[in-house]
Amino acid sequence: FQLSPSQINDVLRAGELSHKILYLNGKNANSVLRFESNQLASNTPIEDRRSAATCLQTKGMMFGVFDGHAGSACAQAVSERLLHYIAVSLMSRQTLEEIELAVECMKPVLPILQWHKHPNDVEYREITSQYFENLRVYWQHLLDLDTEPGFSLEEAMICAFKRLDSDISLEVQAPQENELMRNIALQVAFSGATACVAHIDGVHLHVANTGDCRAILGVHEEDGTWSTLPLTRDHNAFDEFEIRRLKREHPRSEEKTLFVNDRLLGILMPSRAFGDVQLKWSKELQHSILENSCDVEALNIYQYVPPNYHTPPYLTAEPEVTYHKLRSKDKFLVIASDGLWEMLSNEKVVNLVAGHLTELNVQKPQLAFEKPVNLGYMHSLLLQRKNRGIASLDQNIATHLIRHAIGSNEYGEVDQEKLAAMLTLPEDLARMYRDDITVTVVYFNSETIENYYRNNE
Amino acid sequence: AAGMFLRLLSDVRWRAANPKWRRMTCSRRSTSSTAEPHPVSLPAQAQVVICGGGIMGTSVAYHLSKMGWKDIVLLEQGRLAAGTTRFCAGIVSTARHVSVELKMADYSNKLYQQLEQETGVKTGYVKTGSISLAQTQDRLISLKRIASSLNVMGIPCEIITPKQVAQLHPLINIHDLVGAMYVPEDALVSSANVSLALATAASRNGVQIHERTSVSHVSVQKGRVTGVETDRGQIQCQYFVNCAGQWAYELGHSGEEPVNIPLHACEHFYLLTHPLKEPLASNLPTIVDPDGRIYIRNWQGGILSGGFEKNPKPLFTEGRNQLEIQNLQEDWDHFEPLLSALLRRMPDLEALQIMQLVNCPESFTPDMRCIMGESPTVRGYFVLAGMNSAGISYGGGAGKYLAEWMVNGYPSENVWPLDLKRFGTLQSSRTFLRHRVMEVMPLMCDLKVPRWDFQTGRQLRTSPLYDRLDAQGARWMEKHGFERVKYFVPPGKDLLDLDQSKTFYKPDWFDIVGSEVKCCKEAVCVIDMSSFTKFEISSTGDQALENLQYLFSNDLDVPVGHVVHTGMLNEKGGYENDCSIARLSKRSFFMISPTDQQVHCWAWLKNRLPNDSTLTMEDVTWKYTALNLIGPRAVDVLSELSYAPITPEHFPSLFCKEMSVGYANGIRVMSITHTGEPGFMLYIPIEYALHVYNEVMNMGQKYGIRNAGYYALRSLRIEKFFAFWGQDLDAFTTPMECGREFQVKLEKGMQFVGQEALLEQKQNGVYKRFTMFILEDHDTDMDLWPWWGEPIFRNGRYVGKTTSSAYSYTLERHVCLGFVQHFDEKTGEELVVTTDFINQGEYEIDIAGQRFQAKAKLYPFSSLFTHRRRKDEVELSGYQRE
Repeated sequence: FQLSPSQINDVLRAGELSHKILYLNGKNANSVLRFESNQLASNTPIEDRRSAATCLQTKGMMFGVFDGHAGSACAQAVSERLLHYIAVSLMSRQTLEEIELAVECMKPVLPILQWHKHPNDVEYREITSQYFENLRVYWQHLLDLDTEPGFSLEEAMICAFKRLDSDISLEVQAPQENELMRNIALQVAFSGATACVAHIDGVHLHVANTGDCRAILGVHEEDGTWSTLPLTRDHNAFDEFEIRRLKREHPRSEEKTLFVNDRLLGILMPSRAFGDVQLKWSKELQHSILENSCDVEALNIYQYVPPNYHTPPYLTAEPEVTYHKLRSKDKFLVIASDGLWEMLSNEKVVNLVAGHLTELNVQKPQLAFEKPVNLGYMHSLLLQRKNRGIASLDQNIATHLIRHAIGSNEYGEVDQEKLAAMLTLPEDLARMYRDDITVTVVYFNSETIENYYRNNE
Repeated sequence: AAGMFLRLLSDVRWRAANPKWRRMTCSRRSTSSTAEPHPVSLPAQAQVVICGGGIMGTSVAYHLSKMGWKDIVLLEQGRLAAGTTRFCAGIVSTARHVSVELKMADYSNKLYQQLEQETGVKTGYVKTGSISLAQTQDRLISLKRIASSLNVMGIPCEIITPKQVAQLHPLINIHDLVGAMYVPEDALVSSANVSLALATAASRNGVQIHERTSVSHVSVQKGRVTGVETDRGQIQCQYFVNCAGQWAYELGHSGEEPVNIPLHACEHFYLLTHPLKEPLASNLPTIVDPDGRIYIRNWQGGILSGGFEKNPKPLFTEGRNQLEIQNLQEDWDHFEPLLSALLRRMPDLEALQIMQLVNCPESFTPDMRCIMGESPTVRGYFVLAGMNSAGISYGGGAGKYLAEWMVNGYPSENVWPLDLKRFGTLQSSRTFLRHRVMEVMPLMCDLKVPRWDFQTGRQLRTSPLYDRLDAQGARWMEKHGFERVKYFVPPGKDLLDLDQSKTFYKPDWFDIVGSEVKCCKEAVCVIDMSSFTKFEISSTGDQALENLQYLFSNDLDVPVGHVVHTGMLNEKGGYENDCSIARLSKRSFFMISPTDQQVHCWAWLKNRLPNDSTLTMEDVTWKYTALNLIGPRAVDVLSELSYAPITPEHFPSLFCKEMSVGYANGIRVMSITHTGEPGFMLYIPIEYALHVYNEVMNMGQKYGIRNAGYYALRSLRIEKFFAFWGQDLDAFTTPMECGREFQVKLEKGMQFVGQEALLEQKQNGVYKRFTMFILEDHDTDMDLWPWWGEPIFRNGRYVGKTTSSAYSYTLERHVCLGFVQHFDEKTGEELVVTTDFINQGEYEIDIAGQRFQAKAKLYPFSSLFTHRRRKDEVELSGYQRE
């Protein structure tokens, strides 16, 4: 059984999400032109998540990609909550006070974020109110800090990441009557997720990264070529800084056992993540929590203590934040889970996006002819191409990247047969050949960026 | 490549005498890539600011300055003639369907021809002629219709055989042709240079031109333009002209008071080749092959060929988008069908070498006609844009009309088909525009047959009865976004599908409409006419009456409950609107106008009524569903439903009464039908619509009631010689010219707009006369049907054109309505048209080159008015019996 090209397209395009920012002349011009996103599952169900939202109380847009492991619970929770934490961290004291007052008086609360969602991006409805309560505790805490002006963007992002992770950890320790809530809290805490979040406000781009998702910029150089600017480091066993950091944080005696088989304690690929309390809590705490919970196996929670587990925590959710001031030659930002980067290099990705922009991609090759060519030749060439049905092209760049990630042959061209084969792998085998892939591509409006520089010169 | 292009298409030679201008042109040369210093600072104020330095902006500037306005500033965000104008194919073609478009193109051609001599700027004008090819008989009919129009306008034009085509053009393959139309005076120009020549002349006349200056928004105070905001500062002005081409929509929306300019850009491709071995002569005719969707002109010894594909690529839907702009490049796969058509038409070109495939966005409008005129919401805000890829053909004429409009208050031709006010906010949705232009662009080449309806952007405004009517077989057309029923297909009867139903001959619905008409004549029919524009005007005192008396030509001081047919005239006595006004009370009036008057009439009244809180005007179009009960039994249906006496004694013609129908109270019933047949219009608050409709249909069963549509209505009103605004009447037609003196209060000694003009006409006679023609030797089954725009011949000489036509099922003849003029046989001067002149002629109507004898009548057949109800006071009271 073989998938037809249109069936392949249906499978690939199911997760497509795109949003165009209405172009406004003048003051409110957004430096984001549009974004396109897509994801393809390898795990069933998929463990990747993504978020995109516009801050309504502060300026800017946020885009996040979250790669879950040991289940999707943690990635789900983080994708629902993290942007709220960041947004709250960025708000002025006055706005926070207004919101607090509104909550207290049971009045309508100012909306914090405008989400840009795919219909399949579901929510844990049952638990939203609890999440909101904890978010409220967080802003009450911020109000208590009594600092004005508040955080810098970098501080805000770091603080939000850490706070959310600590909330995840505390929620499962807190007594909880409702069994469903308790189970969800358990699943969230005992699974994990890496996160990469970009915050874009005018020309100011901040990327906060925890784990091995990656964000890169596509830069259109003046000579017409494209170059790549990585904005994150992959936090894993291959990163010198991470190795050094972990060695610094743990006794010398553990140096050899920190990374085993390129995994943290021989278990985890990323060296930073949300959740994963197995690598954060003391053994005792883990035991006491799991003993009291009903059916750990039914919840798919791995109950184990890693070997050489002496000085927890080994894992942190603290992100590394990169700042980049956008230039008009910065054309787009790609954030993707490691599923993409395992298959495609940064350069390849940038070239594919750039090629897609100019339709110079492998799917629809530039007509190969040396000018001048005559009309008759061109005509026959076009008819051939028409018959081969080359015209179909992915509108969504994320789909285009995913198609290339899983369908490229050794020449870097998409091979329909390979693509079909990859998409029809049995569930248990799929994970061997490809990871979940989530891609979000954000296009910048160079005109707005230019205007910024023109007006601020 | 773009740089090369500019050089090729526009061999610019500056010989401008104006020093200011020269300084600017110098700076053009010296600084090409660096940020440009602006040598001339912007003035702080001007009378007129024109935004856009393409063919439209420069043409407006040229004509305004010629007409004596000097204080004009033209702003261009990039460089002059560097947008769509630069890439324009440069074909000046007069073969147009709409008469005003034809006149604009003809004027443009004549203007461009002498422009080089006038300005010294080389325009590349070459009179090549054009040949439009027909691959089918229907196409040939379409061309013949145009040829008839061109000929009576004095533009040489002939229908030729394929053999003659081959003689005129050496490369054409004629084996699949049935004929062609040759217009020898059509021309080619370099459009960029025409634009620069116009700019040069305007500049000499004192117009200031500033390049690299973009308008960010237009300031408005109290509904008037007060100035523009640019990236180089502010200019105060009284008039603003938006000639921003494909950016006109965005610019219109950038101000605090949005101006809706419904247009949308599509990519447009054409091919340039190297010269042939034996270079093509520069005077070789341009070929238009609409069936192949392409045009082909000679270009630098080679050819330039583009077309209008079936699957256009709209762009800039979200507004200006830099990535997309950068992305505009050749799309050969997309061009393939056009290239195939080209090589089929000229097989010998196979060896010709390609130079470039040019992609230049063109803007298109929802109805294929350009947009000009003043904004209905902002006074002093004028627009000229949306040329549907005919910018160079219309440029001169459109600029002239707009300039006249600004200077004189009105253009010298009826431009209602192009007036911005034919659109409202409802056409400004980007989704609507995107979908509609995808339909419009292919239409450029599609066969234009009578009674054609757009398929996209439908079901926007509907009556509450829509679903009910649809389920009963209604077929729909659209007017101003409103769905209206054409006719009802009876159960079990199938009509042809859309494409096959296109015909210039007898349509497939002929018998269906015939039976609806019969039912109107013999029993009773219901027509949903909710689309009509409805205003309510009221005041606390007598202000409403006083003001309306001045603005309308008929006497409105009638007893409460009377309905008055009246024109809303301009100063020249022409119809700005033709409406029915019911006096609801001493101080309030209910006004019913044609559907497409919603914006125009509103703006007209708003601008003329005093800004007085005691006088209110409300658009209640959406509040009422209107049902027209036509037929001799309408009175029976209505009286059974209302238990009220509505015999002619109690409810004479032209009356309006609020009454209950069924359970619903407050239904406004008027004894008019807009057709001359007996019956009633029911204005029903929308929540009662379904109820009243159901009651009427139930009660009507025993009287043989059925649904009917607008085609039946049309046939009825045309056989009764009813003129309809927008088709027969326009701003250049007065009541005197269409036998409606009885609808004017000239004798009552009251002041009203247009009075003087009418008095003069009354004294001196009229120069055209609305006339009804009955086709005599026309075979309905076999001959081409008349449509509108057919030339009328009197004793073999051209005297005017028809404005509408319909088959009269009662007379069993075709009826055409139209205007007859009297041109002096020697001088061509217009003379007074007398009744004798009309009556003493032998008439013929020219349908696609074939002439049919016609009988002219100035008054309708009295025999058609069987049901007289109030003595001398039928709707048509005043018409004399024969």
